[in-house]
Amino acid sequence: MSIKKLKKDVFNDLVAALIDSDQRVVGVKAKGDRFAFGDLESADELRLDYDVTLLPPKKFMLPQMETLLKYEVGGEYKSAGEAPKMTLIGVHPYDLVAINQMDEIFAQDEYDKYYMNRRNNITIIACDVVTPSKNVFAGSMGTATVDKGYDVLLTDMGDSYLAEAATDKGEELLAKAAQADDASPQDIEARSKVWQENKEKLNKHKLNCEPGDIPKLLDKEEVYDHPVWEEKASMCYSCGSCTSVCPTCYCFDVQDDVEWNLKEGKRWRAWDGCVLENFATVTGEHNFRKQRAQRFRHRIFRKGKYVPSKIGGQIACVGCGRCVTACTTDIANPVDIYNRLLEDVKI
Amino acid sequence: MCDCCSSKKDIYLPELATVKKRKLMNGTELYLLIQLDSGEELGHKPGQFVEVSIAGIGECPISISSSPTQKGGFELVVRNAGSVTKAIHKLKVGDKVGIRGPFGEGYHIDQLKNRNLICICGGLGLAPQRSLINYILDNPSDFGTLTVLLGTKCYPQRFFREELAKWAEGDDMTFKETVDEEHDCWTGNVGVVTTLIPKVESHLKDSAVLVCGPPVMYKFVLMALEEYDIPHDDIYVNLERRMKCGVGKCGHCQINGEYVCQSGPVYRYSEIGAMPEAI
Repeated sequence: MSIKKLKKDVFNDLVAALIDSDQRVVGVKAKGDRFAFGDLESADELRLDYDVTLLPPKKFMLPQMETLLKYEVGGEYKSAGEAPKMTLIGVHPYDLVAINQMDEIFAQDEYDKYYMNRRNNITIIACDVVTPSKNVFAGSMGTATVDKGYDVLLTDMGDSYLAEAATDKGEELLAKAAQADDASPQDIEARSKVWQENKEKLNKHKLNCEPGDIPKLLDKEEVYDHPVWEEKASMCYSCGSCTSVCPTCYCFDVQDDVEWNLKEGKRWRAWDGCVLENFATVTGEHNFRKQRAQRFRHRIFRKGKYVPSKIGGQIACVGCGRCVTACTTDIANPVDIYNRLLEDVKI
Repeated sequence: MCDCCSSKKDIYLPELATVKKRKLMNGTELYLLIQLDSGEELGHKPGQFVEVSIAGIGECPISISSSPTQKGGFELVVRNAGSVTKAIHKLKVGDKVGIRGPFGEGYHIDQLKNRNLICICGGLGLAPQRSLINYILDNPSDFGTLTVLLGTKCYPQRFFREELAKWAEGDDMTFKETVDEEHDCWTGNVGVVTTLIPKVESHLKDSAVLVCGPPVMYKFVLMALEEYDIPHDDIYVNLERRMKCGVGKCGHCQINGEYVCQSGPVYRYSEIGAMPEAI
């Protein structure tokens, strides 16, 4: 696949042409002094110099709320999934790693066609980070750069972008650019330098071990009942902010709604979070994770051990730092917790 | 829809089924015989569960109570405890429900074959254990001796009474029963289910013990079993969780790294005994 060099105004024209087509085009836009993914109305709105978005792009594959089934009471249930074709512009490497992980999870064992259908209809234009956010630690998690999952990867080179197409969809897209040169060896060298620098720059919280060592750390006997869980969780509001902003959290709740006519209804799923108080409660009000510390620990173990065991050891924390920013009481930072454990536990 | 998805089945789509029989067995437990509208058998293993859908209300996991050896539909026992089960209690014969499943691994029959078995059931825990008990009764040559201990909170809450009477009279199993509270109509054992264990002490050696009941019961039964030095490999527990999706995605039923909806709900005590939050 090819690597092209596009002047920024040429890329802007490409985005403008996409917006003019009948397909949905979503990109990163300013929202006050922060950033969020949203539908682009003009190419000027696109801000590829952003630091981090409020919510991760997972909402386009796993929406906050999604109708699964529709039915008439007493009649058959019908699949109701929607999967609009769209182009998603500006996905950072750490978020793309999270999407790659979720692609594996939703396709394995029992194939979740609602997620996969949405995912397969999205063309992703990823971009390397230009401005590190205040809490990013992708450098520590090995996610400051990414080598798969995108159709096109953009790297900012000042007045132009290096654009690497990784799929046929990506090639087709780049072929529409009015003017694009093949990247020179010097350009590719410069891009490697950006990647190298980003591994250093995107590291506001430094993890004191290799990410691959985290499952081993959590496996140590003394970790499960370590005082850190209670220390941190004693300040936890169980508000669910950390799980809501997390690009790798994918737990969901399922509910039914009946229409006003009481004849038709729908079943939908919505984001849920294992730190919320009643997540593990069964009928009869028995709660299998009643204590905040238990739920707090479960979240960290999911990221560092349980989910990795399903996806070949990849850590389900990509270092975006959103939970660090979102947490009211400043207890959610996974690096703080892992480092605290590493002080006491030898791996 | 994209090509790779159009050929895949929708794992959240229930199939329609019809209520063929219903009977309120006591104040809270409803018996249902359900048949898939496709005419096919459910094809379950003892100990598995289904997700039952009531249109407009929701879906909830219910253990299958009948043995797969029984044809012509499957049986459920549903306690009126939450919004979906309350709606299930209002079902009449001929009404439609949605069914997904069967889910989980259920009892590992291969591990139980040729063994002497002791089933300890508490309250509604009888419902899932019954799928195994009747399976054993229908395949007696595959198993050793069968002992069933049943504890119910109070006399009026006993269910499957006619079947229990047959179990007590027959000579194909040892059946002992107790109720927690004394009652004028009850002349049998009084006390919690653990009080039955010493009565079958001689059966405990070389048996596999299968335990199913409310969360609080496990602690006491397992403590009582400790006294008899039964290897934890030989104790099986049937765990209850809030399975929402049934297919290992939604996260609700997870015990540490274990998805109960996929690998459970029956586990060897040696597998989960050291696992906090399991019991």
